[in-house]
Amino acid sequence: MSLASQIIQFFFTGLNVGSIYALVALGFTMIYNATAIINLAQGEFVMLGGLIMVFFTAVLQIPMYLGFFLTVAVVTTLGAFFERLAIHPLKNASLITLIIITLAGSILFRGIAMLLWGRDPYGLPPFSGGKPILIWGATLQPQFFWVLGITGCVLIGIWFFFNRTLAGKAMIACSFNAVAARLVGINVRKMVLLSFSLSASVGAIAGAIITPITLMEYDRGPLLTLKGFAAAVLGGLGSGAGAIVAGFLIGILESLGAGLVSSGYKDALALFVLLIVLWIKPSGLFGSAEESELKKF
Amino acid sequence: MREEILRAENLQKSFGGLRAIDALNFAISQGQIKSVIGPNGAGKTTLFNLITGIFPPSDGILQFNGQILNGLKPHLIAQLGISRTFQNLQLFANMTVLENVMVGRHTQTSAGLLSTGFRLSWMKKEEREIEEKAFAELSFMGLEDKAALEATSMPLGEQKLLEIARALATYPKLLLLDEPAAGLNIRETEKLCHTIRKIQQRGITILLVEHDMSLVMEISDELLVLNYGRKIAEGPPREVQRNREVIAAYLGEETGDA
Amino acid sequence: MRRKDLYALLLIAFLIVLYPWIFEGNKYFISILVFLGINSIVTMGLCLLMGYAGQISLGHAAFFGIGAYSSGILTSQYSYHPVVAFFVGIFFSALVAFFVGKPTLRLKGHYMAVATLGFGEIFFIVFNELIFLTGGPSGLSGIPTLTFFGQVLEGTAYLYLVWGFAFLLLIFSLNVINSRVGRALRAIHGGELAANAMGVDAARYKVQVFVLSAVYASIAGSLYAHFITFISPSSFGLMPSIMFLMMVVIGGAGTIWGALLGTAVLTSLPEYLRGLEDFEVLAYGGILMVVLLFMPQGVLEGMQKLLKRMKKTAKRSL
Repeated sequence: MSLASQIIQFFFTGLNVGSIYALVALGFTMIYNATAIINLAQGEFVMLGGLIMVFFTAVLQIPMYLGFFLTVAVVTTLGAFFERLAIHPLKNASLITLIIITLAGSILFRGIAMLLWGRDPYGLPPFSGGKPILIWGATLQPQFFWVLGITGCVLIGIWFFFNRTLAGKAMIACSFNAVAARLVGINVRKMVLLSFSLSASVGAIAGAIITPITLMEYDRGPLLTLKGFAAAVLGGLGSGAGAIVAGFLIGILESLGAGLVSSGYKDALALFVLLIVLWIKPSGLFGSAEESELKKF
Repeated sequence: MREEILRAENLQKSFGGLRAIDALNFAISQGQIKSVIGPNGAGKTTLFNLITGIFPPSDGILQFNGQILNGLKPHLIAQLGISRTFQNLQLFANMTVLENVMVGRHTQTSAGLLSTGFRLSWMKKEEREIEEKAFAELSFMGLEDKAALEATSMPLGEQKLLEIARALATYPKLLLLDEPAAGLNIRETEKLCHTIRKIQQRGITILLVEHDMSLVMEISDELLVLNYGRKIAEGPPREVQRNREVIAAYLGEETGDA
Repeated sequence: MRRKDLYALLLIAFLIVLYPWIFEGNKYFISILVFLGINSIVTMGLCLLMGYAGQISLGHAAFFGIGAYSSGILTSQYSYHPVVAFFVGIFFSALVAFFVGKPTLRLKGHYMAVATLGFGEIFFIVFNELIFLTGGPSGLSGIPTLTFFGQVLEGTAYLYLVWGFAFLLLIFSLNVINSRVGRALRAIHGGELAANAMGVDAARYKVQVFVLSAVYASIAGSLYAHFITFISPSSFGLMPSIMFLMMVVIGGAGTIWGALLGTAVLTSLPEYLRGLEDFEVLAYGGILMVVLLFMPQGVLEGMQKLLKRMKKTAKRSL
């Protein structure tokens, strides 16, 4: 394979991986926009999405499309439970406590996953069969298009939600000033619950669509959380569009780095990006410095 | 002519498009009590924050005893001898009353990580001095009985006095008091007035931001009146009181109002 | 508080001398106590950073690893003297902590937490990838045990070594806490704005205490390497970092005694979960959640409050 087509191959892989990072970053952004909390269990929603879908389709033999929706429904419910049980009671707690409780949540989810699925990775059949497609010297599995397509739909849906619906705008209002939001009649508690549920949904979708390509195991969560957060911060925490662009960017860079330089250190790339952004411009590429000062933390 | 301790020349501070402080020129003389007054939003707290280094001026010069303050970090400004209290109380809630004041001794002491970790003898001596001097400031403010209490368990009036004690423990040359009388009743305000005079007697220069006019008139050697970030008057209280622009700023233009 | 500290110190000294004598020859208990000592050194440093100065580190196992690998590599691959390797570890930990700490400790809350998570992960990856140096995922074996004038330090002797270090570091920590520096750290925790206004250079102190906590972790890492003689990256990754954090938080993040209590609880816990390894991760997550939800001040204060309430009901019923 020529270098050019190798690079194109890595680029496409990067798009797929980047989709997942973009979705995780989006999940972060949604919760952050409603609550100013960083949900360190975000990656676990992805992991659960993948593994639960495996359960539905491989164990219960439910058809793929039905299993997909059931998976998203289950994980969304888990996200809602998580919010009710762990986040809501601590709404007045210190920042460190909130950080640690989401950390505890992620450990809990990981522990349950380890118990139920063990440590081995699981796979899923691709959503549709068919031969790989050849584009510019690179081979693309059909699942590639499913990933991009579903990611695109999710992004459009979320955009629509935040920009065209009252509920979405209400969520954004909450992150700027919960008291003011309450005063104008927004039910902040519901918004918080909604944000966690939506984030869980988005995470679950990400997990379900990527597992046919990359498999899924119980401890995929933490790295996904970190890389998704890297994307969210790079894009400017609070900016959904920024998070998405940054997610794809990181995915492509990581894939190119893994292919052309070294695959062992590939995970470190996103982490370096994270650190550099935090150290130099925490407001990211598209955020404004003043806006990040205004937000709760 | 008394020496100048603080001088501002053409001081400006903008936040985006907003000019919080505009072309401000004033000076504080050594040993005087000067009050900054003005309607809400006039820039009084911004001025305090500029002097204490919380953010740098956008333009102009701030000078303290000949030393330029522009761009200096707050802890360095504290080391130079400027100390302050806060409008919305910034006590250390995780420490006792005495410990809060002991933190005030920080700039005048020097034991570091190693000398404290190994408990060297000079460090022990310094510790004893810190406690004694902190206690002395507590007594000066009348709070010596409360030394062991949690700082935020006291009533508001006493917490405000505690913040002053903490600021005094730094042995400042210039003390900035940000609305010290806010939330105090008449008796407490009178006591505060008396206390501020006692502080002046120690040779400390005082810059005060305050809304309580009776306190301001009673205690100030000079007033500085701000409106929309600009100086509209500066001088002895009686003079400023008669200044038309000052009256207009506070009461509003009679002809202009609907 | 100082007198209470002194009594607690004496109690610990007493226990240190007593325990090996009681568990004479019982290797299993001895090794738990050794791990307890090693973990305590890490958590003491972490407590200074988190409990007193109010910062957060979710990647501290990286420093533990730097100490362990420095000692391990230099003594087993390059035949350096253990003491030299020990100081090299400290030097590297301090260096990394300084350069990582300076930009990281400027960040607020969540950003700081994730940044420390990030660099902790980076080091984990490095430990795994630098195979020629660290042995990679298969680990580094053949680390020599320590000898003192020809006598191999094992079992009870190693226990005394570890706890000797722990005890000295505990005294050092208490000295710092009850001093101008300790108050400066607590002031930073209580209100960084006011601390700066009172002349405390918050940025500098935060980095200093971060470096100090990294040094503690490195010391613990070196002691760890020479004890188990085989190390692998899995001991220096995310879960260990979170474990150290949990030890500090669960006991009562506010005080060093709380951290020691939390360390004791969580170090002995795996022993109760023997055979239930599958439940281990779940148990830790569950415990952390329960403590955070119901005893947010930590187990130490939670128990103190419980005791107070029990005393009250006892008095009433008399």
